[in-house]
Amino acid sequence: MFPILEAEFLAPEIKRFVIEAPRVARKRRAGQFVIVRLHERGERIPLTIADGDPERGTITLIVQGVGKTTKLMNLLEAGDAILDLVGPLGSPSDVRRYGTVVVIGGGVGTAIAWPTARAMKQAGNRVVGIVGARSRQLVLLEPEMRAICDELEIVTDDGSSGRQGVVIDPLCERIMRGDRIDLVLAIGPVRMMQAVAEMTRPSGIRTIVSLNSLMVDGTGMCGGCRVSTRDGTRFACVDGPEFDAHAVDFDTLARRNRTYRDSEAAALEAFRADPNSALAQVRHSCRLEPTHPPEEAASR
Amino acid sequence: MSANPLPPKQRTKIPRQEMPEQQAAARRRNFDEVNRGLTVLGASTEAMRCLECAKPACVSGCPVGVKIRDFIALITAGDYLGAAAKIREDNVLPAITGRVCPQETQCEGCCILGKTFEPLGIGHLERFVADYEREHGELGLPEIAPPSGRKVAIIGSGPAGLSAAGDLVRWGHAVTVFEALHEIGGVLVYGIPAFRLPKAIVRHEVEALARMGVDFQANVVVGKTVTIDELMDEEGYDAVLVATGAGLPKFLGIPGEHLPGVSSANEFLTRVNLMHANEFPSYDEPVFDCRGRDVAVIGGGNTAMDAVRTACRLGARRSLLIYRRTEAEMPARVEEIRHAKQEGIELLTLANPVAFLSDDEGFLAGVRCLRMELGQPDASGRRSPVPIPGSEFEVPVAMAVVALGTGANPLVQSSTPDLATDPRGYIAADPETLRTSKRGVFAAGDIVTGAATVILAMAAGRRAAAAIGEFLESGAWIDAEAVG
Repeated sequence: MFPILEAEFLAPEIKRFVIEAPRVARKRRAGQFVIVRLHERGERIPLTIADGDPERGTITLIVQGVGKTTKLMNLLEAGDAILDLVGPLGSPSDVRRYGTVVVIGGGVGTAIAWPTARAMKQAGNRVVGIVGARSRQLVLLEPEMRAICDELEIVTDDGSSGRQGVVIDPLCERIMRGDRIDLVLAIGPVRMMQAVAEMTRPSGIRTIVSLNSLMVDGTGMCGGCRVSTRDGTRFACVDGPEFDAHAVDFDTLARRNRTYRDSEAAALEAFRADPNSALAQVRHSCRLEPTHPPEEAASR
Repeated sequence: MSANPLPPKQRTKIPRQEMPEQQAAARRRNFDEVNRGLTVLGASTEAMRCLECAKPACVSGCPVGVKIRDFIALITAGDYLGAAAKIREDNVLPAITGRVCPQETQCEGCCILGKTFEPLGIGHLERFVADYEREHGELGLPEIAPPSGRKVAIIGSGPAGLSAAGDLVRWGHAVTVFEALHEIGGVLVYGIPAFRLPKAIVRHEVEALARMGVDFQANVVVGKTVTIDELMDEEGYDAVLVATGAGLPKFLGIPGEHLPGVSSANEFLTRVNLMHANEFPSYDEPVFDCRGRDVAVIGGGNTAMDAVRTACRLGARRSLLIYRRTEAEMPARVEEIRHAKQEGIELLTLANPVAFLSDDEGFLAGVRCLRMELGQPDASGRRSPVPIPGSEFEVPVAMAVVALGTGANPLVQSSTPDLATDPRGYIAADPETLRTSKRGVFAAGDIVTGAATVILAMAAGRRAAAAIGEFLESGAWIDAEAVG
């Protein structure tokens, strides 16, 4: 069991958790993720590690409620626990001194981009942040991003914060102006990352994306997360989740992510109709006896 | 001393007792076990057929050397728990091996009765005593030596790791088994379906090992969560056994393999076996909805057979196996092929997929295949399939599962630079001592040999345990140059 020490909403449907997982906290590096299973009947889902404190033995996860499991997780509070949590998984971000790094976060992607942006800053890069959201209240981690970015631009679909538009607008301007950009890191919805890739492709600006493919085990044994790239088939859980954006086949990724759309919709509908019975599953798992009571294990 | 009252001539007159089976018409739509197990009468009758050879060939046919004649004699004497304890001296997973071993090529293949009559049902009897003790809530556990003060880490909780853990813990060593998934058992829990191996049985066998003192830690990916060096330097393990298996799925590398609807057998079986996707939405993990649709599984081994029978149970209209040789060359067990056919599985042999086809929405719609004919025998001794030019044809399917075997998962090796591997990525280990290029680190099972069987992995686990035990005693690490 992995106890939840802190839980707070950062925005509607977006919650930040601090979870006790000492081994993961000690090892994790920017760009890596964990797989969690909330309860005995739960599915395994991947979540990026947003932050960690090795001294305290904790990691931070930022979760957007989009389907049954994430919405259920966002009902959990400090004092609850997660049944299974495994990691850190995936390859860490390739953090080096590139020069000027533009970090683009779309929606909850900002939370995924933030740890890498911070590592890039610490590695001596000039970091330009572009944070996009549908509206003001969905803008994530603004103070955190401001603290590590040399420049930060906020973009909202409705113009309720920063400029009105989409995240590729400021990127486009910078490229047109001929601003120096040595690396672009873009994390967000598939179509956003695809748009960024197309924007930087003509000028050959090195562009990295973090792919959100479907996963089961997260350790390379099933290939469910496979991604079609210029260099052949890659598994996002071990070879990624970060890839060269110009090598990725985004249309295939978008299609693969829709494989279980009907089941996902059905599960969400059932959850909406009766969230409490799902919540009871987690709370039940929370109180489970250890499989092998300590006194028995000690009598060996 | 024999408890069998019959003279040998009369023993051979008893027919081999048949395994009661669930009817095909019912079982093709449920996940309950197909084989129902021998009754007490059936088991004691079958046991009486044993000729109690002075030099039992069956024992030499068993990869872990179970004392078959002795445990059969205990069944004849009515001491079923004693028989179970006798098996556990050599085999910590009798309820599992009794179900999934290819006995026809091992113990039963060597049984002297088989030369003239049907061989003794050794697998069925092994299964019977293991089931008997479980159903009676008693466990025949072997004795445990006093603590040795030595710590051993085992990476991977599949058959090789579990079998090594059983021996090491019996000799008094402190054993911790690290598992990447959330459940213990490796392929026994994510690979082999419940209709061949109910998961409660795996849990029971794991529980027996825990009762013997083995410490299990799930959700630990060695190579990511912790490294081998950290286990040895910081956590004080005196020896490490790498038993991570061959879990990396192979794909065909043909057009359309990324279409939604195409998955590896590992993914399909993990969703159903480990994650209970067949019980969706009562369980959260989804699986491709096979109901009323046509499904093709590509391959001819036991994994392909498990996948196609699983698709049938998920409600597929047509469950089709596509294999490039003929039925005679299929590596799957004869019993599995027979069961599959009874369940209505169709075999499309001498056919090789060359492309997956898409519908307008970008989902899988079919498989394009080439007809094959058999040519000369290849290195494995099987006749190689040769494509017939211009013989392309299409099979409409909504889901395809690729079951072409697996390779070495590189997670442990890539995080342990001083661990030598062979060109295919498997860990280089001395075939006798199972020592690797790194002092104190041993490797066993599929991560050394490539994908094999449960019982061969268990045998390798036992050999590794013996070598580890010897290393812990002597502290000597010799002939490292023989490795790698």
